[in-house]
Amino acid sequence: MSDNIVEVKDLRVHFTLKGSLVQDAAGRRKKIVKAVDGVSFEIKQGEILSLVGESGSGKTTTGKAILGLVPFEAEKMLFRGEKINIKEKEYKRKFRQAAQMIYQDPYQSLNPRNQVIDIVTEPLVVNKLVESEEERLELGKEALERAGLTPGEDFFFRYPYELSGGQRQRVVIASSMIMGPSFVVADEPVSMLDASIRTGILKLMMDLRRENDLAYLFITHDLSLAWLISDRIAIMYLGKIMEMGDSEIIISSGKHPYTKALTDIMPKPGIKKEGPRKVLQGETPDPTEVIEGCKFCSRCPIKEEICSREEPPMKEVEPGHFVACHKV
Amino acid sequence: MKLLEVKNLRTYFTISQGTVKAVDDVSFDLDHGEALGIVGESGCGKTTSALSIAKLLPKEGKIVGGEILLEGEDLAKLSDEEIQKHRWNDVSICFQGAMNALNPVMKIGEQIAEAIVLHHKSSEKDAMKKAAELLELVEIPGERINNYPHEFSGGMKQRVMIAMALACDPKIIIGDEPTTALDVMVQAQILNLLERLRTEFDMGFILITHDLSILAETCDKIAVMYAGRIVEKGSSEDIFQRTGHPYTKKLIKCFPDIKGKKTMMEGIPGAPPNMLEIPSGCPFHPRCEYAEEVCRTSMPDNIERHQGHFVACHKWEVIRSER
Repeated sequence: MSDNIVEVKDLRVHFTLKGSLVQDAAGRRKKIVKAVDGVSFEIKQGEILSLVGESGSGKTTTGKAILGLVPFEAEKMLFRGEKINIKEKEYKRKFRQAAQMIYQDPYQSLNPRNQVIDIVTEPLVVNKLVESEEERLELGKEALERAGLTPGEDFFFRYPYELSGGQRQRVVIASSMIMGPSFVVADEPVSMLDASIRTGILKLMMDLRRENDLAYLFITHDLSLAWLISDRIAIMYLGKIMEMGDSEIIISSGKHPYTKALTDIMPKPGIKKEGPRKVLQGETPDPTEVIEGCKFCSRCPIKEEICSREEPPMKEVEPGHFVACHKV
Repeated sequence: MKLLEVKNLRTYFTISQGTVKAVDDVSFDLDHGEALGIVGESGCGKTTSALSIAKLLPKEGKIVGGEILLEGEDLAKLSDEEIQKHRWNDVSICFQGAMNALNPVMKIGEQIAEAIVLHHKSSEKDAMKKAAELLELVEIPGERINNYPHEFSGGMKQRVMIAMALACDPKIIIGDEPTTALDVMVQAQILNLLERLRTEFDMGFILITHDLSILAETCDKIAVMYAGRIVEKGSSEDIFQRTGHPYTKKLIKCFPDIKGKKTMMEGIPGAPPNMLEIPSGCPFHPRCEYAEEVCRTSMPDNIERHQGHFVACHKWEVIRSER
């Protein structure tokens, strides 16, 4: 068995937009959003892979697809070498315990009418893993304290509105960790928090990884954060991975023009820049648009004739470093 | 004469639980063509400082002391009617979350023109012409004045907001987290745009943000706020290279340094204080590793330690020598 905890090959998630009644009756072609369009990667046991991209690049959808939260098509979608078969009830129950998600916004992902202890221990109750009330409280306390909310019992009967943003996110983490998962999709877990609080949450995530040999799929738009915490980075644009490799290599010597553009505009604290930032012109195209050739072509500063005709294949330029660009 | 001088500004909110000293003894100044950054955690009083300048405070809030001198004229003393002729004409604000700041059922051209008609008493036709010109200025094709907000992307809506702020040729633009909800590439585009406009029209620019990492490259001067006070201010070199306040130091370390080693940032222990019960002495002392007895009992003065570099800390010499 390989040591890959997750293996994804040619993942596609397409959403069909509903037209108006008249449009449908007229038989106009339905608009299709290719949110994720042929993405392949694997994550090893205990590894952190960051998906970095702008909004609409398909990074969150990729994460949700792995957890079976959106319908998808894929050539291969394996968890611990086994096909993720969410339709099969028994498999789904097991899988949901081993793979968890941390959502972006702790102001919205917690039920405002539930008390902290109920939120945190809900997975145990649903899966009938606790036999007595004492056991439930004991496990809840343990989970809260591992998430840095000490003493745990002080938080039992509080409601989310009584907690600060950082504390809420710790509650979210406590409830995703209580089942002892081995793989977690973390969707922008710190983007809603003040910079001063971010560190605490990130440190907690790293500690949990070390203790439990967790693997993370870390979804973020912040390249400097991705660099800091992950082993590897995959850069996404319009549903495709443009470049993937060791985080150090992506930041210091990324080869794809999009990666280069992103690293160019990264703010470097304390360093005064000279002249205006080197930005890409325009914006990400409408995702319903059908793009022939390279998806990045309309904004690429070094495009050639072939780029708008043919989609570049993913090439391994050095071991473990993949780039999808004709010009590399 | 300076374009804007804020002296010992105090803005308090009276709520049922007591008085919140949201802005307490804040002073800064701004020249033509200069960019000032105000930075701090949520709830430190950055937005309230900005709203005080344009007197756009909610009804619980009141300026209880200090002066806001705009080319010598004290805005703090003006009545609501008198301030109206300065708003938009002299000082305009570009708010956070452009997505929600535009009226969804009004064409954007009309929204921009509204301000022009109101402040310049020009005809609607002229105002629409000016609106189209303003759109071109922020790099949106002028013919799109007849579009509704939903037809624009987030970045373009922010551009429309900037066009609106420019409608009456203000002397000062205040950007309250103008790029917070935007993607990195769009953020860079907007910051470039604001920089270009600032130099082109020689405007003063105040950038309010919690993101210290974008300040160094955007602003000439930086003021760091904590619990309603400015704890350190100076040139961006002063703040980053000659840091004098432990809070600033911690704040800088909250951002990863991609040029340096891959070490986890430090973060700041604890949380900002409840503004109804601000700690005695230096408000930062419960979170400060340098705190001594004197910090718990007496509030440090904000003293000019070096040309233009102000630090409010008893232990500033220790902190500055540590580098």
